[in-house]
Amino acid sequence: CTCYLLLLLLSLGVSAVEVQRPRGVPLSKRQFYEEGKPFTCLDGSRTIPFDRVNDDYCDCEDGSDEPGTAACPNGSFHCTNAGFRPAFIPSSRINDGICDCCDTTDEYNSGAACQNTCRELGSKEREIMKEMAEIAKEGFLLKQQLIQEAKSGLEEKKAKLAEVQVSKKDLEDKLEALRTVKETAEQPEKEAKERHLKAWEDEKAAIRLEKDKAKMAEVFLELDDDADGFVSVADLLTHSELDPDSDGSFTEAEAQVKHFFLLDKVDTAAFESVWNNIKEKYVSESNADIPAPVETPQEETREPVPENDSEQYPEEDIPEEEEDDDEEDEDEDPDDGDYKTQEQKDDDDEGTMPPYDDQTQNLIDAAQKARNEFDEAEKALREVDDQIRNLEKEISFDFGPGAEFAYLYGQCYELSTSEYIYRLCPFNRVSQKPKYGGSETNLGSWGKWTGPEDNVYSLMKYEHGTGCWQGPNRSTTVKLTCGKETVVLSTSEPSRCEYLMEFTTPAVCQEPQSLYPDAHDHTEL
Amino acid sequence: WCWGHIISPRRDQSPMASVLLLWLAVCLSGTWAVDKGNFKTCDQSAFCKRQRALKPGESPYRALLETMELTNTRLTLQLINDNNKVRLLLELYRLQGNITRVKINELKPLKPRYEVPDVLIREPPTEPLSLLSQDENGVVLSLGAESQRVIVSARPFRLDIMEGRDVLMSLNSRGLLAFEHLRMRKDTFSYKVTSTVASVWDNIKRTAKEEEEKVEDGMWEESFKSHADSKPSGPSAVSLDFSLPGVEHVYGIPEHADTLRLKTTDNGDPYRLYNLDVFQYELYNPMALYGAVPVMLAHNAQRTTGIFWLNAAETWVDISSNTAGKTVFGKMLDYVQGSSETPQTDVRWISESGIIDVFIMLGPTPKDIFSQYASLTGTQSFPPLSALAYHQCRWNYNDQKDVQEVDAGFDEHDIPYDFIWLDIEHTDGKRYFTWDPHKFASPKEMLQGLVEKKRKMVAIVDPHIKVDSNYKIHNEIRSKGFYIKNKDGGDYEGWCWPGSAGYPDFTRADMRAWWASMFAYDQYEGSMENLYTWNDMNEPSVFNGPEVTMHKDAMHGAWEHRDVHNLYGFYVQMATAEGLIQRSGGVERPFVLTRAFFAGSQRYGAVWTGDNAAEWDHLKISIPMCLSLGLVGISFCGADVGGFFKSPSTELLVRWYQTGAYQPFFRAHAHLDTPRREPWLFGPENTALIREAVRQRYTLLPYWYQQFYQAHQTGEPIMRPLWVEYPQDPATFAIDDEFLIGRDLLVHPVTEEGARGVTAYLPGKDELWFDVHTFQKHNGAQNLYIPVTMSSIPVFQRGGSIIPRKLRVRRSSTCMEHDPYTLYVALNPQRTAEGELYIDDGHTFNYEKKEFILRKLSFTKNILSSVNMAPDAQFSTRSWIERIIILGASKPSKVTLKTAGGQESQVEFEFDASMSVLTLRKPGMNAGVDWSVTLQ
Repeated sequence: CTCYLLLLLLSLGVSAVEVQRPRGVPLSKRQFYEEGKPFTCLDGSRTIPFDRVNDDYCDCEDGSDEPGTAACPNGSFHCTNAGFRPAFIPSSRINDGICDCCDTTDEYNSGAACQNTCRELGSKEREIMKEMAEIAKEGFLLKQQLIQEAKSGLEEKKAKLAEVQVSKKDLEDKLEALRTVKETAEQPEKEAKERHLKAWEDEKAAIRLEKDKAKMAEVFLELDDDADGFVSVADLLTHSELDPDSDGSFTEAEAQVKHFFLLDKVDTAAFESVWNNIKEKYVSESNADIPAPVETPQEETREPVPENDSEQYPEEDIPEEEEDDDEEDEDEDPDDGDYKTQEQKDDDDEGTMPPYDDQTQNLIDAAQKARNEFDEAEKALREVDDQIRNLEKEISFDFGPGAEFAYLYGQCYELSTSEYIYRLCPFNRVSQKPKYGGSETNLGSWGKWTGPEDNVYSLMKYEHGTGCWQGPNRSTTVKLTCGKETVVLSTSEPSRCEYLMEFTTPAVCQEPQSLYPDAHDHTEL
Repeated sequence: WCWGHIISPRRDQSPMASVLLLWLAVCLSGTWAVDKGNFKTCDQSAFCKRQRALKPGESPYRALLETMELTNTRLTLQLINDNNKVRLLLELYRLQGNITRVKINELKPLKPRYEVPDVLIREPPTEPLSLLSQDENGVVLSLGAESQRVIVSARPFRLDIMEGRDVLMSLNSRGLLAFEHLRMRKDTFSYKVTSTVASVWDNIKRTAKEEEEKVEDGMWEESFKSHADSKPSGPSAVSLDFSLPGVEHVYGIPEHADTLRLKTTDNGDPYRLYNLDVFQYELYNPMALYGAVPVMLAHNAQRTTGIFWLNAAETWVDISSNTAGKTVFGKMLDYVQGSSETPQTDVRWISESGIIDVFIMLGPTPKDIFSQYASLTGTQSFPPLSALAYHQCRWNYNDQKDVQEVDAGFDEHDIPYDFIWLDIEHTDGKRYFTWDPHKFASPKEMLQGLVEKKRKMVAIVDPHIKVDSNYKIHNEIRSKGFYIKNKDGGDYEGWCWPGSAGYPDFTRADMRAWWASMFAYDQYEGSMENLYTWNDMNEPSVFNGPEVTMHKDAMHGAWEHRDVHNLYGFYVQMATAEGLIQRSGGVERPFVLTRAFFAGSQRYGAVWTGDNAAEWDHLKISIPMCLSLGLVGISFCGADVGGFFKSPSTELLVRWYQTGAYQPFFRAHAHLDTPRREPWLFGPENTALIREAVRQRYTLLPYWYQQFYQAHQTGEPIMRPLWVEYPQDPATFAIDDEFLIGRDLLVHPVTEEGARGVTAYLPGKDELWFDVHTFQKHNGAQNLYIPVTMSSIPVFQRGGSIIPRKLRVRRSSTCMEHDPYTLYVALNPQRTAEGELYIDDGHTFNYEKKEFILRKLSFTKNILSSVNMAPDAQFSTRSWIERIIILGASKPSKVTLKTAGGQESQVEFEFDASMSVLTLRKPGMNAGVDWSVTLQ
């Protein structure tokens, strides 16, 4: 085939407005292809005879000499698509057996049986456009409403904030006043309590002294085996627990040196100095069979636990270990433990502290009341602070140019699929919960708007959700499209742990006019 | 993909999955590399340890010359082991095409030993052997051609193959022939025999007096990790050594992630051949991988030889060399001092069971080796043309909508592709031959959508079958008794993707026939003509088996899995390819990709290098891995573009596309857990780079197709090491960072991160090489530094060649069927060039009925002509010649085209004097006819 091919007026359905031009050339470029005149490649690189336009050989670097054949790797073909939208397709799709242009003009020599579907597509598209326009129209109205609501909502919030900030000031003042009241009431309370405690301590000391004396007398009798009114060194030696070096042999010399046993034997009065030396270790003969209570007071059996813990988790922070060490030091001293139990026992014997007298009790009650009032005020202040923080956060949120997305704040929208319930809480988080039991998975928390520069508010990104095995943390992109209602349309997981959610809202609806960006192209039809 | 990932945390995690997750977390402890502990070393494989403990020395085997029988085609001879008096039978054949076959079996085995069936395409035709001389020390036989002889020495037994005065190869020269004869288990008697019958036991022992080998650990049972191998037949290993005098370079025995040139193994494990699903394999080591081809090539500047060890059991190959470890200086010193030691490589093969059946291919040229090996196991199958185009895969395309969107993405970004792939998630619960009822509810609709774009699909069909009484495939296999049995006779069950799974016994011909019938359109619901198949996990992979594969004591009829292991994947692909052929009534060529393979697998389709990773080293290793496969017949090889595990950097992804575009099987693939990586997701610049790489592939499809036709005829590798074409140039012997496609294209992919340039070796001192992008001319036999940018793919066309391309790249290869050709004629210093052009319908077996065009294109004395090389073939094409580009030309005054009718016409041309490039404009003749173009 040597000739260039003109777009002929063969098709009966097309009216006579068609203008002669080489195949594949859009009307807008017709003037560059003047029949019979040398053709200059559109990039100006060279000029060729006109019969080389569309001669199925690529002469121009930019592919402009072959608008109607597949000869150039970078060419493009224009389909008029009367009744539908005109389009450019890569010239590699000319005569490849696949119908790309609805007017079938791309398959003029491939044998492909293409049907002209432009009218059908056109009417379908118009229908969809109409529908979309309607949705957009209504949606846009709704959006205006949303903007209004957001505006008043914002003002309300700002007013509320101002109001709350004022009340915060009041609360702060009140709190200070209550603090003074509290402190004033607490001083006499403290003094009265200390007095009471001191009296009780004195009483306890007296009781303890009495008991010690009684015990000494008892021990004296016990040691004085021969009831001669004297305790001898020999008597003492039967008590191996008193061996100062615990080497298993309790010698007279040891007893004498260590326990001030200066004489061979002592009477009751002289025994007192001995008693002071031995009383902590002395085990009553009636109890001698029972092992000394050194090892296991009950609370101590639990003590090794923290120690074990620190062995199992050696990686634990050093400060904690230090704490453990302190405890251990105390716990490891058996005398100490012994002493503690002893004292507890004493406490039991000595009874409990007597109740406060009326005067003290009144002071305490007064202080407690002041404390409660102070705490309440403090709590109220904290609440107000929270409220302020929340309000400030909400006010500072980027809810779009007219704050039209503000109505989504604090709401949640669900989509139920065969397996899961997906939940989108805008500006908060996205989650997924299995329908039939199982725990919820966090698919991301609010991150930012991530639409393209000219349409930032078309995409939301939720990030840092539950981690994936050997993978990233889950995240979700929410794609917003115009709709009358606010609904989650679909969810998918195009890439592992990266979710995509489609969401309609009136807040993204544009003014309907702008839906026809290529309206002027239709003039070619 | 790999078994490790059963633990990927799905949201529908079952308690079992959690346990597995925990188990894996412990077991992998966060590392990415292979867990070597999951796979045996030689020391952990009882027979390997036993055999390797034998050191070179005098062989205990003696040839009993008096037992020799020589017929026209065959020599037989008994060998005796003087230690235990067990006799072996040696058979020696001279085969057509300069091949010697040596078979050694027990003379009287307790029961038959396994001999590998189905791998040889026929019983190899023999040629007469003649006796040259004989005395009490041995016999000398003539191998016919070129004074080649075999010397059989009697005591100790050895074989030497000579040509003139040169020893080409010696067998058992190091005395490592070992043949563990089958025997009764003695120690089991001792277990049962009570003290009261001890005397009987003594008698038994006495009668077995010859056999005083000690019973070693691992002879009658062994265990690895928690797995026991009952080894009912006891020790049965075979081993033989081969010495290769004058040889310093050996190649082959894939599959290993290692250099092209095999390394010596003295300081580590031998190379292992045992088909295994290795999770995140490590590079540069001799560990076994998914496939095994027991063929080794040995090469020096004078000769190439080959050893084909036909044994399907676990096999280890030891390589040692007397020059290995010597420095270049040391070698020079030897040379200067006239050290008498010639270089020599010694090789030793050890297999766990079966017999010794070895084919010694004597070359002498590399191409002779390829045709010799092809005469035994067949050639590369001739795939549909579209299978040579670009494949888009991912684990997984989620649903039909996803498929449709990816398909549309390619059109939107004007990137061609032919096949989109579906991994395991497309099935209904990993039941192969089914579709997920929600995600792929209408597969035919989806496939029809692809048909309309002239595109195709591959869906995975793995050999593990879900044990589920509601699953038709399982029920039929079970009721027909087609499953492999466990050692106790029940159906073997293992754990794989579907959970508990059975493994059909593909070694059975009746099982394979049934399997093939399952691909019929009325059996495989939702399938259509443009749906093809991918066999994965066919090592076979058994998640809970020893070394992630099947227990060796599982039973295939009378044979243990041990005997047939390395054949399993081969048979799976064989049966699947047969199914695809049958469904079209024998008309259409199949396309089946397999992960596991064996010798002969080339006959059934393509192979890929398994679960690699998105790392630069993995990109690099793709070259030697595919080169090694090509050397042993498997040309249709590729690596997952981009790397399977992990996520590639954009630079790595682009470089991988650029490399993959010049490797035979070109498929991008990615793990389930990786972010999406369709070519347009990395910004317009990178989309453009990837588009350009893929387009280069498409323009070269005519050349690729012709290469596959050649490979199908000759068995020559398509992607080939330089030494195959330049066998006398030692500088080429170890090169594995560049390669040739056929003879005429030299490719040095950029495989270094941040590369500013590459140094390519241009071979051949009389060659010219033309940069295919700039047409710049370079001399051969030099290291050429080539500066590179991100768009560079250094490729050179050999002067003296003619390469046809189609420059009109379209959506898919099928769309380009009728497009015209551009011929690239690169002149050599003698100003001649030649090439071929092969054309057929691209997808049927009609080429076997001589429906094709094969033209010889030659340029000589300023005349370029197209001559019919297959006058008895008939085919017509609509394609024509749109352009002829002559590189290294001088400016003519006139160009005349002469076509068949004697008509002459002038052809317009342009001449670029700076690059000496002559472009003939639109000569326009049909590609299938005679013509000539004269430059004046």
